[in-house]
Amino acid sequence: MSLLVTKDLMKWFGETHAVDHVNFTVKESEVLALIGSNGAGKTTLVNLISGLLRPDGGQILFRNEDVTRQSVHGRIKAGIARSFQLVNLFDQLTALDNVALTIFSRGGKTANLVTLAAGDSAVWDEGHEILRLFGLETKARMLAGGISQGERKLLDVAVAYALRPKLLFLDEPTSGVSTREKAPIMDTVTSVVRSTGISAAIIEHDMDVVFNYSDRIVAMHQGAILADGTPDEIRRNETVTTTLIGTTEAR
Amino acid sequence: MSAPALALRQTGSSARPLRVAVPVAVLLALVPLVLPPYGAILLAYGLVMAIGALGFNLLLGYTGLLSFGHSAYFGVGAYAVALMVKYLKVTSMELFLVGAVAASVLITALFGVVCVRYTRIFFGILTLALSQVLWSLAFKFFWVTGGTDGLRVPTPSLFGGLVTGAGDKTAFMSHAYYYYVLIMFCLCVALMWVIVNSPFGMALQAIRDNETRAEFVGVRIWRYRWVAFMVSGVFTGLAGALWVPLNGLTTPDIMHWTFSGEIVFMSVLGGFRSFAGPIVGAIVFNYLKTYAVGYTVYWQLLLGAVLVALVLSLPTGIVGTAGKLAARFQRRD
Repeated sequence: MSLLVTKDLMKWFGETHAVDHVNFTVKESEVLALIGSNGAGKTTLVNLISGLLRPDGGQILFRNEDVTRQSVHGRIKAGIARSFQLVNLFDQLTALDNVALTIFSRGGKTANLVTLAAGDSAVWDEGHEILRLFGLETKARMLAGGISQGERKLLDVAVAYALRPKLLFLDEPTSGVSTREKAPIMDTVTSVVRSTGISAAIIEHDMDVVFNYSDRIVAMHQGAILADGTPDEIRRNETVTTTLIGTTEAR
Repeated sequence: MSAPALALRQTGSSARPLRVAVPVAVLLALVPLVLPPYGAILLAYGLVMAIGALGFNLLLGYTGLLSFGHSAYFGVGAYAVALMVKYLKVTSMELFLVGAVAASVLITALFGVVCVRYTRIFFGILTLALSQVLWSLAFKFFWVTGGTDGLRVPTPSLFGGLVTGAGDKTAFMSHAYYYYVLIMFCLCVALMWVIVNSPFGMALQAIRDNETRAEFVGVRIWRYRWVAFMVSGVFTGLAGALWVPLNGLTTPDIMHWTFSGEIVFMSVLGGFRSFAGPIVGAIVFNYLKTYAVGYTVYWQLLLGAVLVALVLSLPTGIVGTAGKLAARFQRRD
């Protein structure tokens, strides 16, 4: 069953059709990879779905509800969360505070200005639990700006996960980290996602990551969807291999 | 979250901030008993300015918005009191405070709607421009505001009329009114401490650090900034209301942008990255200004030179530098 459907979604930047009549779906409880060369429109598509950009045409349906004109806040309430290509954290807050703030926000508690945040033990317990899931419990008291890049990537995902979304967009969760760190990061992220039954759409350039961790792959090229299928189908798709993957067949 | 707030959660109690706050409050309470009246009145001015700077720093230190218009809210508080005296013949300090808070809420709610949609220099210029509008109104509408002559405010009655200012005004100001200001100061510090360490305070710090991400964790940016703007302005308005009986007179000068600059300077001098920074900065600035004025007619030049030297030598402010030194000594031990 489809969780998210876009119908003829469009976004133009001047003469450039960044997203061009895209019909994109994400199913319940699947890990989907979104691939394509730089400028293919992957991040723009995620920006449109998450509400960072307004589409120039088309429709976005989430759980059969039209969210095309909804605010970012409305989409978060509906169950759409995202992480960012460039790590986007609250660097002067601790790792635990980053996650706890998200939990406070999810519960509508950030409007409360007359009780101490420290007193809400349920939030802090949940924050510790989420950091534990992502292997960051030892970093809880460290400032987000002071932990390693790999840990920051995980914390970025943990913050989005703390919203308890139904659909999680991860924009290049392994970019900027060493090859050695990629597998542990993806193992952790996909293990959390699969154990909780949420759907994840991962933008990724590393084809080893894409083929090892996804149930389905959507390939984009020049703002349009080039192919959509299982990892095996995509691997055998000549258009994709010649246009995007290049040497993947050799792997 | 500030380091003290983090420490608070680690200990699971409010014991640590109280260990600092209680002795300081006791020392402040002893001031009228050990200092001459002038010393107590001077400190009362400092405490009043500290309330204003504390409010200002909710925007600068915690929300990342630099306002150059807080003189307006200080002036709104002061003029609200003066107009209540002139038109309603009110003399109760409690009613003054209620009136000042109501006027501050009204003005900051209106100004906030305009200002919080912008950040950085645009926010600063808008706040400055709006404060200058209020200054020019106070300056030109002399039949209401008294123009450059200002409006006089007599000694108020305190605690619902239990304490009145009949008799020696200096004695009243250096004792009864000093303690009134001290109580208000303690309440304001406690309230601001709760606000900055509340979930709302965390959301403000998130907005300061990363507005885009804050929006994507569900924080409503404009709304929270607007509320912070109002809270900040109300604290500064309250300071204006407490200041005007001390001064006995309010004039348009306190709404001029140069006074906003003084409030900014107090926070920077004390250290806007720490909770106590603006409090210390306001009190120190008040002493520096008072003694510079008494020392030479070129007091602005002297004060400017001293302040530039202080900011250059203490870039994290007095409290920030003290914290660093304390941490260095602790490591040595």
